[in-house]
Amino acid sequence: MLFEYLLRRLSLLLFMVFTLTVFTFSLNYMFPGELLSNITGQINPTYEQSQELIQQYQLDKGIFIQYLAFVERIVQGDWGLSLSSGQPVFEQIVKLFPATLELCVYALAMAVLFGIPGGIIASVYHKRWPEKVINSLSLLGFSVPIFWLALLLIMVFCLGLGLFPMSGRIGLLYEVDPISNFILLDIILQSFPYEGLAFVDALHHLALPTVVLAMYPTTVLIRFTRDSMLDVLEQNYIKTARAKGLNRRQLIMHHALRNALLPVIKQIGLQFSTLITLAMITEVIFSWPGVGRWLIDSIYQRDYPAIQGGLLAVSMFVILANMLAEFSHTLFDPLSRNQAHGKV
Amino acid sequence: MRNLLLGALCTYLLGCIDASQQTIRKTQGLVYCAEANPVSFNPQVTTTGSTIDIIASQLYDTLLSIDPETAEFKPEIATHWQVSNSGKAVTFYLRQDIEFHHTSYFSPTRSLKADDVVFSFNRLFDVYNPYHFVGDASYPYFQSVGLDQLIRQVVKVDDYTVRFELFNAESSFLSNLATDFAVILSKEYADHLAAIEQKDLFDMYPIGTGPYKYKNYLRDNLIRYHRNENYWKHPVPMQQLVFDITTNGTSRIAKMLTKECDITAHPSATQLSVLNERTDIRVDKAPNLNIGYWAFNTEKPPFDNLLVRKALAHSVDFEKIMQAVFYGNGIIARSHLPPSSWAYEAQKNMPAYNPDYARQLLIEAGFEQGFSMTLWAMPVSRIYNPNARKMAELIQSDLKQIGISAQIIEYEWNTFLERIGQHEHDSVLLGWAADTPDPDNFFSPLLSCTATFSGKNPANWCNPEFDLLLTQALDTTDVEQRKVFYHQAQRMIIEQLPLVPIAHGMRFQATSSDIKDISLRPFGGISLGKARRD
Repeated sequence: MLFEYLLRRLSLLLFMVFTLTVFTFSLNYMFPGELLSNITGQINPTYEQSQELIQQYQLDKGIFIQYLAFVERIVQGDWGLSLSSGQPVFEQIVKLFPATLELCVYALAMAVLFGIPGGIIASVYHKRWPEKVINSLSLLGFSVPIFWLALLLIMVFCLGLGLFPMSGRIGLLYEVDPISNFILLDIILQSFPYEGLAFVDALHHLALPTVVLAMYPTTVLIRFTRDSMLDVLEQNYIKTARAKGLNRRQLIMHHALRNALLPVIKQIGLQFSTLITLAMITEVIFSWPGVGRWLIDSIYQRDYPAIQGGLLAVSMFVILANMLAEFSHTLFDPLSRNQAHGKV
Repeated sequence: MRNLLLGALCTYLLGCIDASQQTIRKTQGLVYCAEANPVSFNPQVTTTGSTIDIIASQLYDTLLSIDPETAEFKPEIATHWQVSNSGKAVTFYLRQDIEFHHTSYFSPTRSLKADDVVFSFNRLFDVYNPYHFVGDASYPYFQSVGLDQLIRQVVKVDDYTVRFELFNAESSFLSNLATDFAVILSKEYADHLAAIEQKDLFDMYPIGTGPYKYKNYLRDNLIRYHRNENYWKHPVPMQQLVFDITTNGTSRIAKMLTKECDITAHPSATQLSVLNERTDIRVDKAPNLNIGYWAFNTEKPPFDNLLVRKALAHSVDFEKIMQAVFYGNGIIARSHLPPSSWAYEAQKNMPAYNPDYARQLLIEAGFEQGFSMTLWAMPVSRIYNPNARKMAELIQSDLKQIGISAQIIEYEWNTFLERIGQHEHDSVLLGWAADTPDPDNFFSPLLSCTATFSGKNPANWCNPEFDLLLTQALDTTDVEQRKVFYHQAQRMIIEQLPLVPIAHGMRFQATSSDIKDISLRPFGGISLGKARRD
């Protein structure tokens, strides 16, 4: 049963990845400029070089063979060279992605930490003042554009009060060697250089971007948890449990919450794709050296191989994250495996 | 480890707010907010001011330098030098105690010798030098001032003596050797890289003799240098020097305010008031040898027509631009040279704002209907043009008055310069900041024919008469005589208008007030070797 479900998901994943690579491949033809430069990132190659590259990338063959060669290169990790820096695109993405991921994971953790309890409280105090407060706060957080929120926080906390730094992952004078490229992990792996101050400084730098990025998913989770809890609290078995004489705490913790959290878990995974998009904006504002800022810089510099690589990496990641979310959802909720149609 | 983690968390939660600032002090470093990525780590291959600021004086030394106050030559790597009577040979005597950088990627076994000097200059013009064609064999400064045509050969006399033999005596030769571009590289390092067949790394992983040595570079992010413990000139107070690459001008100011930067390059004039209010930030202002101009691509019709260039020059209200862009922190240009140069002559026939006359000129040139053109505006703020975008918009609206529609074009800075070098533009707002006080520095690198070939002549203007004037001025060492030629050259620029001189800017620099010993020079890049924190 589970195996069949997995197979279904996997074929869908393959199809998605196929569509994605076809799209990325066709970008080579759709971008302005020389086809050869767009694919390889070599600017103005000499005649011999270009002949060699054409051979290597099989550009003299039909479009289908070209596509196969393209997929082969992607799999091998040869994503071409960046037009503006001349460095391999894949290497840059590997270096930068952890920074984005790190930010997203912390933001998501914060969203779960505040969103789910917030939603529970709102549902338990249905139609009373705590729900009203939480509802209006979450509506506010939901409607505030995050670039505006980010600038506001910078104005108040960085420029006004001077409490937080406004850019980067860590004070530039701290030298932390990149091992995993996750900054906090790197500091821990190097057993807290600078007497632990580097760690404190990294947390300091994380604070504002995380708050900004967590704002949207937190509000979504609050509303989702609240609605789902209210649904469950309406069910007959809750009434039975109450009739049995369970107190409110037992009722919520043992009966309502477990069932109400199922759709929320799925939602947490789905939030990841939104998060990646929002992370790009956050990265630009806080000069966070992640893949989002890099991608936006590449667009500004018309760096086609980099745009292509960035798009491929980010969308591949979003697809994977969604798949994982669905998969974990089915693990917790066997009923959903029987759904006849998969949805992405 | 867990205790340490807990401790760290506790300090954080207790609101140890100044932690980051105190510890930055503790780590004894300096953060400089730079406005662009460096294009290379070898000053020989670029003239980009933002790059020179980052690399030249920090990583390298030159044979001699020019004292900014007295304008006299000062010994650096060379203790003294001798010019032969004919002026065609210059002998340099080198210091014997200069060590190259010890880094993770190279450890020198010997100190600086004549071989290194010979190698460094041979690379520029000797096609048999193994490094001449590394990169794209472009040495824009030297090619544009014609140094590659001037030096017959560089001879090693003994281990610490080098003789430059020239084809003819040229008055600006010594001052060209004193620029930030004429650095001394390590031949041993070059040989090492050639042996392992990695010559391409030579300009990316620098080995010099300067006060700091290269540690690492993350594009769009930072450049880290460490102190050179064996610096020959003086002890270096700072343990490390970090360049925070912040392309946005407002972000640089904000980082000054949050103390993330200690020094900021080129704060914009509009934001100076914010910085002036702070007691912990010092804003230095110094006159600077530079020129901001509007250059036309004179090889491209209709800009090959003098009438059209004249019409364009007369259609723009430069007084208004001075108000809106420079905020009184610049002086309007009355010639191509800035007034502080000794060869300066104010021009009587500078184009004045007169749209009627401009329209008349256009009709004369056969463009009653006007035409459309591109106007390239540089994306960064430089001394000679703090806000090219705004200037471009003002010019655009003025041009509309005489029926010309201008499209403003912007690119990322290094791409921008590259494309200008390929003469893709119709007209461009750009400028030049001098590297030496010698007036030739304003002419040869910008408007000579050789500069056209090396892609440094934004007007794409090659005029043999003008070149002859420059050569004549260089052939003599008599200052009065040179003045005469440079006066003629300035007149010619205004008559022919390959470019319209707009303004000379003041150099600004915002520094945290506890940082000492950084001085602003009227020419060349910034030097941070002596910087210290009180």
